[in-house]
Amino acid sequence: MSTDNFNQYTTEEFETATRAVLGDIKATVEPNFGELGIVCDRSDIVAICKIVKQDPGISMEYLRSISVVDWVEHMEVVYHLSSIKHMNRIVIKVVIPLEDLKIDSVITVWSGADWHEREGHDLFGVEFIGHPDMSPLILYEGFEGFPGRKSFEIPVQETFYGD
Amino acid sequence: MAIEPGSLSDPSNSKDRLTLPEEAKGVWSDIKENRKSGISGVVTLKSEELFAMARKSSLWPLTFGLACCAIEMISTYMPNHDFDRFGVVTWPSPRQSDVMIVAGTVVKKMAEPIKLLYEQMASPKWVIAMGSCATCGGPYTRSYSVVMGVDQIIPVDVYVPGCPPRPEALLGGVMELQDIIQNEPRKKRGL
Repeated sequence: MSTDNFNQYTTEEFETATRAVLGDIKATVEPNFGELGIVCDRSDIVAICKIVKQDPGISMEYLRSISVVDWVEHMEVVYHLSSIKHMNRIVIKVVIPLEDLKIDSVITVWSGADWHEREGHDLFGVEFIGHPDMSPLILYEGFEGFPGRKSFEIPVQETFYGD
Repeated sequence: MAIEPGSLSDPSNSKDRLTLPEEAKGVWSDIKENRKSGISGVVTLKSEELFAMARKSSLWPLTFGLACCAIEMISTYMPNHDFDRFGVVTWPSPRQSDVMIVAGTVVKKMAEPIKLLYEQMASPKWVIAMGSCATCGGPYTRSYSVVMGVDQIIPVDVYVPGCPPRPEALLGGVMELQDIIQNEPRKKRGL
C-alpha cells in the first residue's frame, strides 16, 4: 500500500489503516455515508487529531469545520476533516455532557480551528480549553444566552411595527 | 440646397425680420457674441434651488454593503444600469459622501459602526434603506441578532422595498431622493 500515490485507498483499506494508527486509543471506527466516522472520548480528542494529521498514511491536513450539535440530553462536537493528499474524509464525534460543557481545543493541531471554536462557544456555550481568545465572534459583547441551543427562546423585540 | 439671394433663408437678408431699436442693438450683439463663446442665455433662480440642483446631480454614496442587496447595488453601478448617469459615484470615505445606501441586513453588532459612519458624514446627508431587511427587518423578524430596520438607529429618507430590490428599483429610489433634495428649499419655507 503506497502512501505517496493519489487516492489509492479503498474504503476498507482506509478504515484498516486508521484503526491501525489509532493503536490502543479507545475509539469506534466505522464508515458512515462515504466518510470514515470516529467516535471517541473527549479526553482523547487532541491525541487522535494529532495522529490523523501527522500520520503520512492518513494525513488529515485540512479541518473543514467544527460543529456543535444539541441533542437535548447531551451535546456533541463534530470535527470534519479532509485529506487533500489522499482525497479522504474523516468525521470525529465527541459526546460531552450538559453539566460540563468543556473540551480540549485543537488549535494547536490546526490553527484554522480558531474561529470554528469561537463560534461554537458563541452559539452553544461550549468551552474549548486552551483556546487563547474566547471573546464573542458572531454575537456582540453582553449578549445573554446561547442561540444555537434548542432551549433558547427568542427574546421579544423592543420594537414591532404596527404594535 | 442652394439659397436664393434675397429669400428668408439667407442670413444676410435679415433686415426684414429683425428690427431692433437702436439702444437694444448693443445688447443683442453681446448675446450673439456670448453664444459664440459658449455662454448662452441667463437662468434666473434662487441660490438655494441652485445648490439643491447641484446636490442632487452629484450624489456620492458611501461604498459599503451588508448583505445580498449589495450585489444588486453593485450591479446598478455596472454599465447595464449605469448609476453614473445620475451623477452617483461611490466614494470610500464618509467625510466626502452625501448619501448612505444601507444595502442589507443590519445586525446588532453592525449597528454601532453604521451609526458612527453616519455621524462621520458631512451635512447635508441622506439615507436610502435598500431592501426588506434595512427597511423593517424583513425575513428576520423575531430574530435575536437583527435590528428591525435601520431607521431604528439613523434617520431614513427613502425606503426601497424588495428582497432584494431590482437595480431599477434602486434607480427609482435615487430619483425619488433627487426629487426630495430639489424640494427641500420649498419645504423649509413651508410651501
